[in-house]
Amino acid sequence: MASLDPVAGARAPILAVDHLSMRFGGLIAVNDVSFVAGRGEVTAVIGPNGAGKTTVFNCITGFYKPTTGRLALFHGGAATPEELDAVTASGLAWGRTAAGALYLLERLPDHKVASWARVARTFQNIRLFSGMTVLENLLVAQHMSLTSAGLLNPAALLNLPSWKRQQKGAMDKALYWLNQIGLVERADDPAGDLPYGDQRRLEIARAMCTNPVLLCLDEPAAGLNPRESAALNELLLSIRRDHDTSILLIEHDMSVVMEISDHVVVLEYGCKIADGTPDEVRNDPKVIASYLGVEEDEAAVVEAEVGA
Amino acid sequence: MVHPPVADIPPGSLPSGSLPQVDVPSGVPNGLPGAAPPPPVAPHRGSVIGSAVTDAIVSGLLTGLLLLPLVGFRATESGSGPLGLTYRFGLVAVFAAIVAVLRLVLNLTVWRRGRKVKTGTEPSAFAALVQKAAPALRPAFFSFAIAYPFLAILLSGGLSPSRYWVDLGIYVLTYVMLGWGLNIVVGLAGLLDLGYVAFYAVGAYTFALLSTSVPLNEFFAGHLGEGFWTAWSFWLCLPVSGILAAFWGVILGFPVLRLRGDYLAIVTLAFGEIIRLVLINWVSLTNGGAGISSIPPISFFGVPFNSSDDGFAARYGLDFDSMHRIIFLYFVILGLAVLTALVTIRLRQMPVGRAWEALREDEIACRSLGINTTLTKLTAFATGAMFGGFAGAFFAVRVRFVSPESFTFMESAVILAIVVLGGMGSQMGVAGAAILLIGGMEMLRNLSFLKADFLFGPDFDPSLYRMLIFGFAMVAVMVWRPRGLVSSRLPTVFLKERKAVSASLVKEGHG
Amino acid sequence: MEVFLQQLINGLTLGSIYGLIAIGYTMVFGIIGMVNFAHGDVFMVSAFIGLICVLLLTTVLGMSSIFLILAITLLVAMVFTGLVSWTIERVAYRPLRGSFRLAPMISAIGMSILLSNFVQVAQGPRNKPLPPMVTDVIVVMERDGYEVTLAYKQIIIMVVTAALLAGFWWLVQKTPLGRAQRACEQDRKMAALLGVNVDRTISLTFVIGAALAAVAGVMYLMYYGVVNFADGFVPGVKAFTAAVLGGIGSLPGAVLGGLLIGLIETFWSAYFSIEYKDVAAFSILVVTLIFLPQGLLGRPEVEKV
Repeated sequence: MASLDPVAGARAPILAVDHLSMRFGGLIAVNDVSFVAGRGEVTAVIGPNGAGKTTVFNCITGFYKPTTGRLALFHGGAATPEELDAVTASGLAWGRTAAGALYLLERLPDHKVASWARVARTFQNIRLFSGMTVLENLLVAQHMSLTSAGLLNPAALLNLPSWKRQQKGAMDKALYWLNQIGLVERADDPAGDLPYGDQRRLEIARAMCTNPVLLCLDEPAAGLNPRESAALNELLLSIRRDHDTSILLIEHDMSVVMEISDHVVVLEYGCKIADGTPDEVRNDPKVIASYLGVEEDEAAVVEAEVGA
Repeated sequence: MVHPPVADIPPGSLPSGSLPQVDVPSGVPNGLPGAAPPPPVAPHRGSVIGSAVTDAIVSGLLTGLLLLPLVGFRATESGSGPLGLTYRFGLVAVFAAIVAVLRLVLNLTVWRRGRKVKTGTEPSAFAALVQKAAPALRPAFFSFAIAYPFLAILLSGGLSPSRYWVDLGIYVLTYVMLGWGLNIVVGLAGLLDLGYVAFYAVGAYTFALLSTSVPLNEFFAGHLGEGFWTAWSFWLCLPVSGILAAFWGVILGFPVLRLRGDYLAIVTLAFGEIIRLVLINWVSLTNGGAGISSIPPISFFGVPFNSSDDGFAARYGLDFDSMHRIIFLYFVILGLAVLTALVTIRLRQMPVGRAWEALREDEIACRSLGINTTLTKLTAFATGAMFGGFAGAFFAVRVRFVSPESFTFMESAVILAIVVLGGMGSQMGVAGAAILLIGGMEMLRNLSFLKADFLFGPDFDPSLYRMLIFGFAMVAVMVWRPRGLVSSRLPTVFLKERKAVSASLVKEGHG
Repeated sequence: MEVFLQQLINGLTLGSIYGLIAIGYTMVFGIIGMVNFAHGDVFMVSAFIGLICVLLLTTVLGMSSIFLILAITLLVAMVFTGLVSWTIERVAYRPLRGSFRLAPMISAIGMSILLSNFVQVAQGPRNKPLPPMVTDVIVVMERDGYEVTLAYKQIIIMVVTAALLAGFWWLVQKTPLGRAQRACEQDRKMAALLGVNVDRTISLTFVIGAALAAVAGVMYLMYYGVVNFADGFVPGVKAFTAAVLGGIGSLPGAVLGGLLIGLIETFWSAYFSIEYKDVAAFSILVVTLIFLPQGLLGRPEVEKV
């Protein structure tokens, strides 16, 4: 299993990104990036503007088809290399494994990444259903579990008791998340009327209503003030603690990254330049060079030292 | 959320620089019901009048210039010879003068800058009224709809004289139903469909072809008795028409629903035209432009409306009157319309309906939540098409004649105008718009008083002006209320209280 | 072969007319992103203005020089149609700019109904025939009694179209107006912030589009010698098809699309069935949009997540 990250041995992976490249015409946005997101961990992807972070996200969530590369998501537990190779060779998008199931995300269309592989995401520029209420937003998110009996379920059309029970369950779940993000009072207000910080948290709650195994957050702290940012950290930590959901996040805000991440991947110009615990990354000379803007020749010196 | 109206600012009480400028390039709707924005603010009364007069003269001259070629001259046929010209400069002058005077009056009253500052988000008094009356509106509308034919009989003094009014009711209700059907596609799912009439045509032709089909008639005559098919064809074909229309909705929808915005509109328009052209040219099936006639009339669930002993009147001890059938037709279309409304209300509370609205709000977010947007769009398209098919079958059994001429693009445009004018998504708004537009258009037929000698004289044909006025009204209404009569949205589910969502937050969809 | 050549000539002539109308659609769509449904009827109005002008020049003023008549008619039709289109934009579209997306579309449909019915009321519902103006033809080749002809009027149509397109191309590419137009296409707000008079640019776009439609209208009148108040819709839809086929927003695309639609229509009528020629045109529209939504020369639309 040479293709997987060397660190993978130590951690149980939920997602293995393997030689991912994405090309737009002549532009290489992501160049041969491999990393692993650990199960039950918060993995952060950081890097300067234009480093290709959001492109990686869009590939993982199926909005872009990667030019090359493999994105393996594991349900239940990590698959063995043989199982991974077998599914890859089969040409199918998923396969059962001893531990659970294995999905190759690059072979799934976006909505199936969400509904089958159970990867949920938020967006850099918030995408709430602004003309629908906060509660309705959380109910729409449960679309998949509510339509397991078909889009035009007769029980729902006739409003039978079995449907009412199911509906009640959905309401309870929405209420649970409203409590988690402290927006019970505003449940009946249109989502577009909420302040920015609340919209961010609502979007995360909406994503959580889909029961994801992996939650991808695209700059969740962007534009938040310190108080809102702290509330966000609290929410993310509680998700990691109380739910069986791993988190992958893109972030600029170093306080968020360092405080809550278990693992950090650093990208620059589409390439991975570092990968490790927050402490390791913080002290990585290449990262320092990229973030603090060390002159190029100095960087070479630093790199030479590291190489030595 | 009712905002208090912004207080009137007396003219001249503010320095002109501090007044909000309306003509921002981004083009915020300024709510002015007319051509150009009013003349610039002037603090002095004299210059207000002065600029108003200048504006009036300019618009008068412009009107004159615009009308000069096509109203001032007329290419007239003289027997079989070449065209000649007749001159009507007087008419041009009259119109120009009318426009100038009208603008002058409006400039000095309604449009005077500073008289009332309207903003785009401020709900009008009308919307506030609708919102207050909303809980009572539905039952009131429904009760009135049930009582309408009896009121018509009562007020017009007898069965036969009420015919015009009941016919009008049927006509309006057909459009209410079509509006409600299209509303699912355009208002809820945000998919712009300019070819809705295609499904109306599919429904109508399905019923027309099946009910006049000789083999079917013989088949049923052999098994279930002579006259069975004539008596029951509508009730058996109604679901078939709906299903077939929905089926066509899926077939047409499948390739086109990944298109966005205006492209979808154009493709649906093209499909509508293709279906009409095929109906015209496929003579062996549809009898071409001549249409299909002698469609059996509607029966009271198998009991025919005729003067025979088995007829409706004889069986229920009534005197035979052809109006029985008309009144029954009224209740059939009322029932179909109510069915459309109820199904829509129910679907909106189901995941699929919520997904439609979510799709209108943000398609990408929908996909990130695992919603299969193509399938969701198809269900909206097919559901809307199904109700169009029902309405089509009803149209065929009412008129008992179908021809491609009934299914032109104009028909789609009128239905879409009803939906947009009603305020997309609002059922009461759509019903109101249908009554206003269709009822109004019918009223325009009755302008014969204009033929009086002191007005336009007996040569004047008011019905010619009907579509002219209709087109003008469409433009004027859009400029006046771009978001329709009822623009706010009522949520389908609530925790503590149901609050309307203001129009500025509700999206209109991209597809 | 002879039939083919003859149809090629006819198709190119028809295509020139469609191309001229298509430019109006493509420019307006490019700059404010709306399908100007009334454009087909503006074309029809221009043909009527041309008709009145020709009648005025021939029967009243007694002019006989065909080329002078054509030149004056073209000029008059362009000016008046431009004025009509300017007024339409001002009255029916500008108040709706930036609001609800469907509102301008409904307004445009209303305007289309208004225009065709206005002409019906003002000029009467019957076909208006003109005596043929240019009747000379050149026989390009002849074999077995089948003559392939190139009519003078076809030459006029192609030459006028080409000349106008060249002028128009210069206008859009080289003048400040063209630059302002392209700026507004990219970002209207930013253009306004940089001092471009957006309102005037949009107005001028409508006027130019209408002027080209007026040329098409006069050519149509000259070519067919008859015009009717209902003649706006179908050429309008076909021209729109042309604009879409060429890639909406692209000016060379509109012309290319127009020529293609003209050719397809004539060849379809000649070789398959004349009844289904409009079905063919609409089917092309559908197929193009489904398989090639950006058109032949358009830029593909990238979905931003």
